Amino acid sequence: MEQKTKIRAEDGKQELLITREFDLPLELLFKAFAEREIVEQWMGTKVLKLESKKQGSYQFETTDAKGTVVFQASGVIHAFSPNQKIIRTFEMENTPFGVQLEFLAFEKLTDDSSKLNMHVVYESVALRDQVLKLPFAQGINMAHNRLQDIAGKLK
Amino acid sequence: MNLRRDVFQAIADPTRRAILLLVASQSMTAGAIAANFDTARPTVSKHLQILTECELLKQEQNGREIYYHINAKKMKEVADFIELFRKMWDDRFNKLETIMKKYKSKK
Repeated sequence: MEQKTKIRAEDGKQELLITREFDLPLELLFKAFAEREIVEQWMGTKVLKLESKKQGSYQFETTDAKGTVVFQASGVIHAFSPNQKIIRTFEMENTPFGVQLEFLAFEKLTDDSSKLNMHVVYESVALRDQVLKLPFAQGINMAHNRLQDIAGKLK
Repeated sequence: MNLRRDVFQAIADPTRRAILLLVASQSMTAGAIAANFDTARPTVSKHLQILTECELLKQEQNGREIYYHINAKKMKEVADFIELFRKMWDDRFNKLETIMKKYKSKK
C-alpha cells in the first residue's frame, strides 16, 4: 500500500522533506494551518497564540492532567500567502534542538484534493538526526511512565 | 526453539525500544538491563530473547557473564527512527483530514 505521508531525509543533510496528499480542497487544507481552533485539534496541543500574517508569531503549549507544562513551542511567521505558502520558524522550549526553518508549500491537485510540501531546515546535520529520533525517545518515555503507573497500582 | 521474528514487530513494543536505547550506550548483562524496569525479570528475559532472535542485539560471553550489545548494522537496516517520525506526521495529517472533512460537511 502506498504511504500517504512521505519523509525524505538524506544522509548527511541538515534538512528533510515531508510530503502528503489530502482528500481535501486546497482552501480547506490551508485553513487547517491558519486557524487557531483547527490547529489545536490536529496538532494535539493548546494554541496560545497564532497570528497568521507576515511577521506574526505563534505559541503552542501542552499540559498534562495535573496542569504541568509538558511541551512548549513557538515561532515567527515570515511569509503568509493564503492557499500558497507559509514560511515560519519553529522552536521547542527547554530542548537542545535549536530553531528550525519551515517552508510549507500548498498545491491544488484537483477540486477535491491537494498536496502539502513541508521543507524543514535544521541548524546542523546532528540536530536534524536528533529530531528524527524524538518519537522513538518519546515511545521510551511512555513505556517508562506506563511501567511506573502499573507499578504504582501494584503497591 | 528458534522462531524467525519480524524486526518491525520487535521494535513496535515500547519496552523493547527502551531496552535498545539502554543497550545502545553500553553493553549490559540481563540483570543490569532488568534493573532499569519495574517489570518481572522473566518478562525482560523474553524481550531480550526476541531482540536477539531478530539480531538487533548480540550476546557476548565475558567470563561467567553474558553481555548484550546492540547490532548497529541491523539497526541501520531497520531505519526505524525515520519510520516512527513518519508515523507521527501521518497520524497528525490523518486527523487533520478527518477534521476538515467534517468541517466541509457542516457548511
